[in-house]
Amino acid sequence: MATDTADTETDEVDTDEVDTTEAATAAADLHGCPSNTSTAGEALVHATPDQLIDLASALVEDGFSFLVDVTVVDYLSHPGRVDLPTGVVGERFELVVSLLDRSDRRRLRIRVQIPESDPKVPSLFDLFPGSEAREREAFDMFGIEFENHPDPTRILMPEDWVGHPLRKDYGIGSIPVQFKSSDAGR
Amino acid sequence: MAVTDRPQVFERDLDRSRVLRLSEAESQKIGADHNDPRVIMNMGPAHPSTHGVLRLMLEMDGEVVLRSKPVIGYLHTGMEKTGESLSYAQGSTNVTRMDYAAPLFSELAFSLCTEKLLGVEVPERATWIRMLLCEINRMTSNLLFMATNGMDLGAVSMMIYGWREREEVLRFFQEVTGLRMNHNYIRPGGVAADLPDGWRDEVLALMEMLPPRLEEYDILMTGQPIWRDRLQGVGTITSEEAIALSTTGPILRSTGVPWDLRRDEPYLAYDQVDFDVVVGTYGDCFDRYAIRLNEIRESMRIVHQIVDRMPSGDFRVQDTKVTPPPRARIDESMEALIHHFKIFTEGFKVPEGETYVAVESPRGELGCYVVSDGSSKPYRMHFRGPSFVNLQTMSHMMADSLIADAVAVISSVDPILGEVDR
Repeated sequence: MATDTADTETDEVDTDEVDTTEAATAAADLHGCPSNTSTAGEALVHATPDQLIDLASALVEDGFSFLVDVTVVDYLSHPGRVDLPTGVVGERFELVVSLLDRSDRRRLRIRVQIPESDPKVPSLFDLFPGSEAREREAFDMFGIEFENHPDPTRILMPEDWVGHPLRKDYGIGSIPVQFKSSDAGR
Repeated sequence: MAVTDRPQVFERDLDRSRVLRLSEAESQKIGADHNDPRVIMNMGPAHPSTHGVLRLMLEMDGEVVLRSKPVIGYLHTGMEKTGESLSYAQGSTNVTRMDYAAPLFSELAFSLCTEKLLGVEVPERATWIRMLLCEINRMTSNLLFMATNGMDLGAVSMMIYGWREREEVLRFFQEVTGLRMNHNYIRPGGVAADLPDGWRDEVLALMEMLPPRLEEYDILMTGQPIWRDRLQGVGTITSEEAIALSTTGPILRSTGVPWDLRRDEPYLAYDQVDFDVVVGTYGDCFDRYAIRLNEIRESMRIVHQIVDRMPSGDFRVQDTKVTPPPRARIDESMEALIHHFKIFTEGFKVPEGETYVAVESPRGELGCYVVSDGSSKPYRMHFRGPSFVNLQTMSHMMADSLIADAVAVISSVDPILGEVDR
């Protein structure tokens, strides 16, 4: 069963979900987006890129005024996610935004599915200026474009680097090492 | 607080923003016009006062810093990518090197994350050992801060004093974990080995040694007029700005916001020990210095309580699929040999799922986000490094101040570049 994540949450549990034993797939509705609980017991809400800004604004009104983290996961070689509610189609990239409500000590994670064919998502900078550096890192490492970001440049890799290192189809990299055999006594 | 009520402290207009959002090419144009007094100065990555390989682009008018931009990536070694190719048992060795001044916190965050996904419960003694070592690590990290902060501002002897105290504690770490730094001691399932005999005496000796030396620092720095002039009123940030920038740790607490994960979202056994959360008032560099100094004293208080109350028991979970057997048993038991082999070659499998765990490191909220695909290696391992996030405050703190104050600001943010760049 989904945990209560906000006072304004309306419980609209899909009747189809009642039979499943997987608690993670039962979804309630939070500001128009499906929300459920992860297998580790944490509150999740799933959004599309178009819904992200409205959802985040509504959550700030609810009290989740602190942005904890923004990161991306590349699910290219993942066997299949267990935490997605029915109705949410998993795409290759997933933007994970962690929010914190300091007064009530609640945490919430927004997961946004981003298709590989159109890796764009609106930037959270206007709501949370602290997202600037993390979104730059997500662009640098995964190639996700953040619309309306004030400085959409690479942050960790050099400015002229080609490729996005944390993608699953980007090799881990290695430097060929030449082993010199030494004759003088090991 | 409604979105429209937020103070408009952040200007997107490049001319009025405090963050210098220009590319290298564009920044060359500033200073080319001789009638324009502005110059872009590079406080380059190899600089004794930038706390590691941090590069600062400073737009200056004379000696005043107008806008600035921290440029990072000089220590990027792809630790998050490496983490995907190491098993969970090896994971601590990788993450411990992110925040190399407080490595046990990174190990702790990773281990707690793994244990949450595994669903194992760590024995009580292991929890208290972790708490003991983390608090002592908090003290060494804050001593490092005091040493570097002192030297950056001219109290050069403070550098030696701070490192001298740290040496004593690193000797204790070597006895317990085998290494002075980057210990790989806190592992999923518990800790690597039990505390050695006589650890209580060692710890109490350290706790005896520190208070008189902390008082020396008070004489050398805290009450001293030059120190106060250099730090008070410098690098001020308001609590609204700090929260909007996702700042945590001493920087957030210096603005008056009493947010400390040890008290507000207790992990390990912090809800069973007594300590105060040190909070500042003005959000300036002096507050951050005072907070870290007093956090050493609060950590000592916690350590005394742990020494009195350390429970007996196992130092790691007795689940043979997760914890390797003691080395001696390998010669006796075939099962032990097989478990040892499987754990160290293939690794233990962690059920599918994702989770985020946060701990309060000396720099702020250190979070570990792990996505597991059911195999023995993390599918994605991401660390929310507090220094990376806190660096965003630097431009705002440094705006319209002198370059000497810029040095004070960098020092008071106390970034560790290993955690910034990963």
